[in-house]
Amino acid sequence: MRAGNLDEDSSAWLRRLGAQGGEREAAERDLHARLVRIALAEVRRRSASTPVAGPELDDVAHQAAADAMLAILGKLGDFRGESRFITWAYRFVVLEVSAKLGRHYWRNPPVALDAGQWERLPDRLGIDPERHAESAGILAEVRRVVEDELTAHQRRVFVAIVVDGIPLEALAAQLDLRRNAIYKVIFDARRKIRRALVANGYLEESGVEQS
Amino acid sequence: MTEQGKLERFLRTDPRDVGCDEAMAVLHIYVDLVAAGQDAAGRYPGVAAHLVACGPCGEDFTGLLRAVTEG
Repeated sequence: MRAGNLDEDSSAWLRRLGAQGGEREAAERDLHARLVRIALAEVRRRSASTPVAGPELDDVAHQAAADAMLAILGKLGDFRGESRFITWAYRFVVLEVSAKLGRHYWRNPPVALDAGQWERLPDRLGIDPERHAESAGILAEVRRVVEDELTAHQRRVFVAIVVDGIPLEALAAQLDLRRNAIYKVIFDARRKIRRALVANGYLEESGVEQS
Repeated sequence: MTEQGKLERFLRTDPRDVGCDEAMAVLHIYVDLVAAGQDAAGRYPGVAAHLVACGPCGEDFTGLLRAVTEG
């Protein structure tokens, strides 16, 4: 979709937000109210997967809406009409909620950084508790590869995310890294572990990697 | 799925996976395609691969889709 082919609703948002005086102020109020509503729904949707709770969750939502509003108004010129305006705008508030919940995680973390709860790895991987014993050998090999063959940085990130179950966004905030940087470390670690498991006869070669 | 299968699935990587930055940069476009019933995964296979593999980005996709369809 090109800017010249904007849908009616998107065109109206751009016209109103680009206007002067009362029309612009009314548009900003409308947009902010929508952002608050979306942020509140989003923090509630994510409430089961964050230690943040109660009034603090609502605070996160209001902060996310306010920061998203500033970002949207500052980047109106970047909107290229590739999506509906409101989808583009809501993206800001959803990502703000995600980032803020990651940072708030450390106010009351259920697990400390570097805890290394290896005994919980089977649960993290969804392995049936009644079948932990038959998986013990291959999981011991996973641990050996993590401890012997990953770099220190890969090992720390893998243990935090996969073994201890720390949310990726929370670890990114704690290590002052971008989400993508953490994801890439995990991605590379998964490949390295898989190759080692194949080399040592724990997994079949076929269909191992698609690259 | 066998227990070994669960581990294999976790370790499997998809070379089409574009990573978080690229996926989030087009998330609004991808979500509008999905909301409109169009073939978002066919148009952005690398984004689709990433959203399956990355929990946080998958959550953001779910949240944005919910916002535009129910919000």
